[in-house]
Amino acid sequence: MNSVVGLNIVRFILLLLVQVLICNQIDFLGYINPYIYIIFIFLFPIREERLALLLISFVLGMLVDLFSDSGGVHAAAAVSLAYIRPILLKSSFGMLYEHQSIKFSTTDIGSLITYISLGTLIHHSILFSLEIFNISSILLVLEKTLFSSIFTIILSVLIIILFSRNRK
Amino acid sequence: MQQIFNFVIRNKTFLLFLLLFSIALALTIQSHSYHRSKFINSANFLTGGVYGTMNSVDQYFDLKTKNDILAEENQRLREQLLNTNTSVDSTFIDSSTYATEKYRVTVADVYKNSYSSTNNYLTLNKGANDSIKRDFGVITSNGIIGIIDNTSKNYSRALSILNVKSKINAKIKSTNHIGSLTWNGKSPVYVQLEDVSQFAPVKVGDTIQTGGESSIFPKGIGIGTITSFESDISGDTYTIQVQLFNDMTNIGTVYILENVDRTEINLLEKSNNE
Repeated sequence: MNSVVGLNIVRFILLLLVQVLICNQIDFLGYINPYIYIIFIFLFPIREERLALLLISFVLGMLVDLFSDSGGVHAAAAVSLAYIRPILLKSSFGMLYEHQSIKFSTTDIGSLITYISLGTLIHHSILFSLEIFNISSILLVLEKTLFSSIFTIILSVLIIILFSRNRK
Repeated sequence: MQQIFNFVIRNKTFLLFLLLFSIALALTIQSHSYHRSKFINSANFLTGGVYGTMNSVDQYFDLKTKNDILAEENQRLREQLLNTNTSVDSTFIDSSTYATEKYRVTVADVYKNSYSSTNNYLTLNKGANDSIKRDFGVITSNGIIGIIDNTSKNYSRALSILNVKSKINAKIKSTNHIGSLTWNGKSPVYVQLEDVSQFAPVKVGDTIQTGGESSIFPKGIGIGTITSFESDISGDTYTIQVQLFNDMTNIGTVYILENVDRTEINLLEKSNNE
């Protein structure tokens, strides 16, 4: 139990630092940044209390906001992602979730990609619509959501595969 | 009463989500209104410290370009100095010429700079302890960068000109026609000069400068050159595309300008409005 808490604290700090010090500075093609801190929300232990996840996601989003001067957009997007996570889990892993027996390090890669893609798309669309906050630039919102999502999904899947042990 | 408690307990996840989401939304909304983004900003102990550590490492990577920029600026200043007509008589000291210091300049390092969002800010390593206050101008040797909008003890945050909330008074150098400088949130290379009178003879390639109507920037600080222009829908004004002198994606050191007479000017303007 303690090792799980420790692992999550380390993951929280590492992802936050990597996000604000490296990923926020990439600005690929001028405006495309990956937001990999949401891996923390994806990989949060499933059996833990949902309220804890909501609160921790809020704090994580708030810290990213603090570093990137964006008001509360990351907090809002992260909390929403944390709230709908069970639905995403159910739709991408099906029976495994019902039995509460998902191990992210051993699930098959297809479901993992579905799970991460859906989550990233939802997170990014909330993030960018709040950041731009203007109905008339809806095309810009969609453009940013699409390109950043592709970047985030690829990076997230790679990171999860790289850092999970015992993959066959 | 029992039922209310039951309801709260049954829906506790949803209620907590609603609470946290509305807090975040409230912070977002108040950050979208200029001058009120007080609580969540990067000018604080935590973020300043982290960015400062990062800066102390990565400033070594572009020392050469920084040197080149400094040498270029020195050359320009030296040229200006040698070509001024008035020779300074060292024996003659007129107190009135020395009492007219109008701008105080502070040099600061940029700890964080962004240009990919629609609301961009810079974090600088000088704050209230260096007597930096809100509404001081920020420039480099090439041109304007933004305006200070929040300070903490040791750090300050500047609203970049690449921010859709930014609005700065500017003019065309050759004709003195004024307009307001805004950004449409698209390219970090171009900003827009709006509300320029249709009577102004606008030419591609002309220089845009600060107008000096506000008390933040002195008159004649460079901004950029005109690359294209078009009439507004109403047909009364031009909207001009301005290519910035500054490369906003790569800023190392900036100067913070304090207008010494600012409080006096503001007081005067306030008394006129009443």
